[in-house]
Amino acid sequence: MFDTISMLVNAFGPSGRENRVAEVVTQMIKDKVDEISSDAMGNLIAVKKGSGKKIMLAAHMDEIGLIITTIDDKGFLRFGTVGGVLPLISLGQRVVFENGLTGVVWYEESIESMKDAKIDKMYIDIGAKTREQARELVEIGDMAVFEGRPVEQNGLIISKALDDRVGCAILAELARRCPATDNEIYYVFTTQEEVGLRGARTAAYAIRPDLAIAIDVTRTGDTPKSKPGAVSLGEGPAIKVKDNSVIAHPRIRERLVDCARENGIPFQFEVVDKGGTDAGSIHITAGGIPSGGVSIPTRFIHSASEIVDIKDVENAARLLEAFIKF
Amino acid sequence: MECRDLLKKLCSINAVIGREDAAAQAISGILSDYCDEVRVDAFYNVIGLRKGQGENPRNVLVSAHYDQIGLIVTGIDENGFLRFTNMGGVDPKTLAAMEVTVHGRRDLHGVIGSKPPHLIPPEDSDKPVKLEDMLIDIGYGAEQARELVSVGDVVSFRFPVLELKNNRMAGRSMDNRSSVAALVEMLKELERIRHRDNVYAVATVQEESGLVGAFMTSWNLKPDLAIAIDVCHGDMPDAPSDESFPLGKGVAIAVGPILSRKHARACIKLARQEKIPYQIDAEEKDTGTEAAVYSSALEGIPTLLLSIPAKYMHTAVEMVSLDDIGAAARLAARYIAFRDELDQEGDSND
Amino acid sequence: MIEHGVLSTASGEYPESLIDTLKKLTMLDGVSGDEKPVRDFIIELIKDRADSWHVDNIGNLIAFRKGTGLGKKVMLAAHMDEVGLLITGINDNGLLKFKAVGGIETRVLVGKRVRIGKDRVPGVIGYKPIHLQDDSERKSTVKKSGLTIDIGAKDREQAEASVSVGDTAAFDYDPVEFGDQKLMAKALDNRVGCALLAELLKDRYPFDVYGCFTVQEEIGLKGAKAASYAVEPDAAIILEGTTCYDLTGTDEHMMSTRLGDGPALTVMDRSVISDRGLFRFITHTAERLGIPWQVKRTISGGTDAGRIQVSGRGVKVCTISVPCRYIHTPVSIMDKRDFFNVLKLAEGTLAGLAGWFSEDGNAGAYGFDQNQSGGESDV
Repeated sequence: MFDTISMLVNAFGPSGRENRVAEVVTQMIKDKVDEISSDAMGNLIAVKKGSGKKIMLAAHMDEIGLIITTIDDKGFLRFGTVGGVLPLISLGQRVVFENGLTGVVWYEESIESMKDAKIDKMYIDIGAKTREQARELVEIGDMAVFEGRPVEQNGLIISKALDDRVGCAILAELARRCPATDNEIYYVFTTQEEVGLRGARTAAYAIRPDLAIAIDVTRTGDTPKSKPGAVSLGEGPAIKVKDNSVIAHPRIRERLVDCARENGIPFQFEVVDKGGTDAGSIHITAGGIPSGGVSIPTRFIHSASEIVDIKDVENAARLLEAFIKF
Repeated sequence: MECRDLLKKLCSINAVIGREDAAAQAISGILSDYCDEVRVDAFYNVIGLRKGQGENPRNVLVSAHYDQIGLIVTGIDENGFLRFTNMGGVDPKTLAAMEVTVHGRRDLHGVIGSKPPHLIPPEDSDKPVKLEDMLIDIGYGAEQARELVSVGDVVSFRFPVLELKNNRMAGRSMDNRSSVAALVEMLKELERIRHRDNVYAVATVQEESGLVGAFMTSWNLKPDLAIAIDVCHGDMPDAPSDESFPLGKGVAIAVGPILSRKHARACIKLARQEKIPYQIDAEEKDTGTEAAVYSSALEGIPTLLLSIPAKYMHTAVEMVSLDDIGAAARLAARYIAFRDELDQEGDSND
Repeated sequence: MIEHGVLSTASGEYPESLIDTLKKLTMLDGVSGDEKPVRDFIIELIKDRADSWHVDNIGNLIAFRKGTGLGKKVMLAAHMDEVGLLITGINDNGLLKFKAVGGIETRVLVGKRVRIGKDRVPGVIGYKPIHLQDDSERKSTVKKSGLTIDIGAKDREQAEASVSVGDTAAFDYDPVEFGDQKLMAKALDNRVGCALLAELLKDRYPFDVYGCFTVQEEIGLKGAKAASYAVEPDAAIILEGTTCYDLTGTDEHMMSTRLGDGPALTVMDRSVISDRGLFRFITHTAERLGIPWQVKRTISGGTDAGRIQVSGRGVKVCTISVPCRYIHTPVSIMDKRDFFNVLKLAEGTLAGLAGWFSEDGNAGAYGFDQNQSGGESDV
């Protein structure tokens, strides 16, 4: 599982530029599914055909990042955010561009207090000395992602982009296992979730599944003086009750709980006020698609060093494998 | 059943957002008295149909959401107290010393306590208490609490409906059971008059968390005209006068960019003709109600929004006037039945 | 005119009649929800250019030009509505209460002229004279609650005889050409788009073209939702007026766009990330035709593109905009050269779009064919 996750997190893929992640996924699963294609939004849709229910499993390929908006006359880059990037957490981070170029994020030191350290007071240094030199390396509109190589330690994985490459890894793993079921399973690797749950909407519209599950990450409440949160690392995948974008359909939630209990899989419940997932746009598509979520407890979401417990990831895969035999 | 009793019955039903499954049958039963067919869809929207009696009936959708705001359990602490967060726009300031029902394995009585004034240091007396610092007390220790309650269980506010002066009623869930009452009263009125069009009277779900039911309903029914019935703010001393409406002065007819100009104008004309008390509610944004979904659904659906003034919205003592409910019901019914006879001025499609 | 994909208008010679059309469009009132005057004018403009047209349930004007054989659908979109005010109440003293329809900064409203309703009743928005303001009032910004529209009525009764709650009010400012090729007018956002779209409908292309003049963009991209649901295009180009704040003292990265630097292309804003392939095709077209262009620099604002992209099975979209200083005020300013360059760029793009479809526009974003069975990936 670590290798699968590694390959996925190392692929460059901010919202709207997910093609490299799609390539990695395709290589992983193309021989294990009946069809694989991509649509106008860049969603990668793989199908294991069947005569039973149409089940859509969605995990998003995109990660948060930065987008270059200006190159100043000394070769420094100004940027905007792609998805929920926290300004203070970007400071001092290394970012990497699609072509491999490395940059460093810093801020206008003359600001009065760190409270003023907003995105428009920050810049990326790629070591260029002039605008022309910078223009040979990047152009306006280019995107960069945070650097944070994957590390396995004490049964945990520390890495950037576990949100939501860990979900993609689970789907890829499921596809590879070729689960025995009459149901038609759509493994959908969605795009642009971080900027508004966009890819999932069009994918769901095209597929019109009978039900859908979004596999994503959820925050934990188990770090020092964290905001209250019932989910902890290592206690099992979290079955979604609600998040900011969707209230999981009660029947789907119950079915997931039953599957977990029947198969001895540990689980927790996810109840959060902030944060949405692909299920949020899927459930109101067309005439309504009953949707739920299985979330991987993750610390430090949207930083360059997110943390998951491998046991939770493996248990999530087991849970979904049981569920899709509905 | 009289409107007063209907409203009491509706307010006694618990349907916290996302858990309308518990109430769908009850709502279905109430609608079925006045509909030819009633069904419940996969999301617990309750869809009643009154068939039209005319030739080439068009489809009219009238909806009133029946979900209510509440709370949801996020944790059970080592003393058996429950942590929670809100389901819908609950103002933490309204929760101190509140009685609740926790819908666990069975319905449990609970209280959201409050620190006694004697123990609050003077410098803190002005500070608001945060939702995440509040606890529900169900009177059990941790072991029993954990058996009876699970993370994800919902909690509703407990408040009996009070009959006050001036035909006014107060209680929780007037947002939006007063509109559901209006929906039912509208169906009763339609029994008395002939109407050409098919009327889909729908009690929708999850309006309070994203207008969810409205998306599904408009897609599945594809109506020619949509009428949303909701509540608007009743008048209060410090509410801006162009955003709040006196109780007892009639149903508020919304006008503004997303509402059909043609239908709103005709509706106002009808209200005047039939002497149904009404007020005008100018909405410069998308109203934040199901009307916002209907107006741009599919290829666009001409939409009306009728609102019942409700004071103290999203508290346990929301207050409405039965007269306003009656006005909304009568106006909706008569507009549906008589709109073709009205001299409709205006552009071909607004 | 198009000949072999190259604009045959020599640079420096612009069809001035298009500026006249634009000015006339800005003089019409079409606050969101009340777009009819603008729509009626545009119908007259395009009825002989389109094969057919209709107005849908929400008020969008959709004009259709059948293609010459390439079975693809291209949607060209420009919204007809402008920001304005909605009358929300009439006071006993005859003054009118109002709210903004769309994003208007309160400060902008002070001391302005408006026209209200179908009869275009004139009114002004005054403010408490400085002589009468106390110290704290002088130091603080304009309070929205203090603003009313005065139509000269002496009491409620007189006011009610001329206007009603629910009427919309548009800014009352005539267009002025001035300076170095500048045009000042209210509602350049988005009459520029409407004028350009009407002009583009003069030509026939290999693909079907749906010219969608949308409504209610400023209050939530409502018209575009209905239009894209009906049309289900393969690709869409959105024509807009966009923010430009290139004044002295503004940091370069906060300007968004600069007047005179050419058509502004959106890589990303709050509502959309443009399709990379389509964006590149448009920039290559600009380079090839020698048309200046710029990227919109701030990740701000939203347009119909956002709504169209996520409609149906997904649409490849890109936005081409005319930079407008003081957007969403009665005195917005554009450079005529930018305006004509957007026209050239749009014409050039459409001239080559059939070719783009057969290369990257056909397949999904990563070069797969739809329903290709498990096999080699094509990327």
